[in-house]
Amino acid sequence: MSVASASRQFFTRLLQCQTKCAIPFHAASRVLISSYLPQVSGGNKVLLGSCAQPLSYSRSEEKVTVYFINHDGRKITTSGAKGDSLLDLVVDQNLDIDGFGACEGTLACSTCHVILDQKVYNQLGPITDEENDMLDLAFGLTDTSRLGCQVCLSRDLEGITVRVPDGVNDMRRSDDAGPTL
Amino acid sequence: MLKLFLTSARCVRITRFHGVCGLATSTPASSRKVCIVGGGPAGFYTAQHLVKTRTDVQVDIYERLPVPFGLVRFGVAPDHPEVKNVINTFTQTAQHARCSFHGNVTVGKDVTVEELQEAYHAVVLSYGAEGNRTMGVPGEDLAGVYSAKDFVGWYNGLPRNRELRPDLSCETAVILGQGNVALDVARILLSPVDILKKTDITQHALDSLAESSVRRVLIVGRRGPLQVACTIKELREMLNLPGTRPEMEASEFEGIAERLKALARPRKRLTELLLKAAVETPGEEELERRNRAERAWGFRFLRRPLEVLPSTDLIRAAGIRLAVNRLEGDGEGVWAVATGEVEDVECGLVISSIGYKSLPIDPAVPFDARKAIIPNTMGRVQQTAGLYCSGWVKRGPTGVIATTMNDSFDTARTLLQDMDKGTLDVSTIKPGSQGVSVLLEKRGVKPVSFSDWEKINSEETRRGETRGKPREKMLDVGEMLQVARA
Repeated sequence: MSVASASRQFFTRLLQCQTKCAIPFHAASRVLISSYLPQVSGGNKVLLGSCAQPLSYSRSEEKVTVYFINHDGRKITTSGAKGDSLLDLVVDQNLDIDGFGACEGTLACSTCHVILDQKVYNQLGPITDEENDMLDLAFGLTDTSRLGCQVCLSRDLEGITVRVPDGVNDMRRSDDAGPTL
Repeated sequence: MLKLFLTSARCVRITRFHGVCGLATSTPASSRKVCIVGGGPAGFYTAQHLVKTRTDVQVDIYERLPVPFGLVRFGVAPDHPEVKNVINTFTQTAQHARCSFHGNVTVGKDVTVEELQEAYHAVVLSYGAEGNRTMGVPGEDLAGVYSAKDFVGWYNGLPRNRELRPDLSCETAVILGQGNVALDVARILLSPVDILKKTDITQHALDSLAESSVRRVLIVGRRGPLQVACTIKELREMLNLPGTRPEMEASEFEGIAERLKALARPRKRLTELLLKAAVETPGEEELERRNRAERAWGFRFLRRPLEVLPSTDLIRAAGIRLAVNRLEGDGEGVWAVATGEVEDVECGLVISSIGYKSLPIDPAVPFDARKAIIPNTMGRVQQTAGLYCSGWVKRGPTGVIATTMNDSFDTARTLLQDMDKGTLDVSTIKPGSQGVSVLLEKRGVKPVSFSDWEKINSEETRRGETRGKPREKMLDVGEMLQVARA
């Protein structure tokens, strides 16, 4: 049995154990699956955000603290490694943010939409067309919005507050409110 | 089967006293039974929210086909595999201890909605939109005219469309509609086969496209550039499509540049990109790329189909007659008005991409024939207690997967609220899937479980591997069932 298929078996069993034990499943398992079981996602390569590193890369031990304000206003305090994206953080820490990161960091959705403070927003690098294209679809888009899968933790981002806006569809849909299909 | 039903009924009685059931077949304390009709994104996201938020809810998903995932499998374009990553989340939901998938069950035929309501505390209708809006013009039934729904179903392996065999021997294809589905169709028609052959596009579609003579695709809309329904990502993909060049009429963009600054960001960026492609002189490199391109595509605006013109033998489409419009009104209230002018375009392939449409599933479920949705308030089906809906059958067939996700969460929240407030009666014990199994067995219907689907999944993946594709989809329900039962 190859190392790859042995890993696959291990993680499949890990997942099955998690679900059968009725532990609330979480996106971490999902990311594990997509990282180690390419068949599940149809063979496509999965990027864990733009901060994606090869699996062999040893992330820095230095932690960066981040405060999330969830849809319901609750504050979640958490921390991640330098180089992790905000999506990685939500997934790894199993944060209870409904529907976050549906496309698993491949810039094919807007569900990891976060709102930052102006100062933090200004600190970050330029936004690619691809990210902007997906941001266009985000509900409640602001001038300091970013996709969480594209925001990488660094020492400069220590202690930032990240707001997760409500994804509820606005009933007052106008032509410009969003895509039709 | 009956024994199983009695056993679990006893289990439920034990649960009431001890709170723990030793039997492996049912989960203790999942006294609230919810049934979801439809195994697509709406069904799965509704289920996800229900099982994640509560520990006392058991969710059973019923799906007509042996295979789950709905339009994520049959609608999302083969060259958009990242969009299908949501399947991983759905898989987790299906494998959750308090969720089960029952494929190969047609609600409305194998079991009625009323019977489901007897077996479950709540039934959520999430069966989407399997019909399509028709153009309603003469010639729509000629060979060579297809709905986008069927064309997409054909290249995505939807069993009912496997015999479509569209004739791609013409030079020009006309697509009516300018949404993302229209762009998907255009892109699949014009993409280099070398790109498509590495996707999960069906082999028969790949073979047809490899022999296709289609060199020009027009994407036609009733209104103007400011009303295109597609989004910028898909437009950008068309503009960057290898071997193709955009051909648009600059005259159709008069006055657009001046309107840009008043537009909201998504519309502004989209229009800017469109305008650039239509009126700007490209740089040297791009110009050269366009000159070398053998295939072309373009939007045509202010055109509405009047008639599909037949060939001399009156069997197939040979052209399309379009009424020329002008726009009236302003801002959000723009509408198209016929000018009286008419234009004929020669083409051998006509694809109408003007919208999917939901159909009624069961006489017991109210249906608004005009809007083609189930009448509801925040997901509660009107005038019918215990019945809910989510996804396209609730809102209409528009929006991306994330839109359906949020909508499904909303319906789930409404349902749970009703449970808590007592508006939804959960006091009686309901048999859930055990009750339905009895009926299905009597009727000779054998459901496909999620692990049965995983056998189909493995086989499709295995077949794909031999061809360098993520999977080779099975096209025949009979074959799916054979593999599921193996």
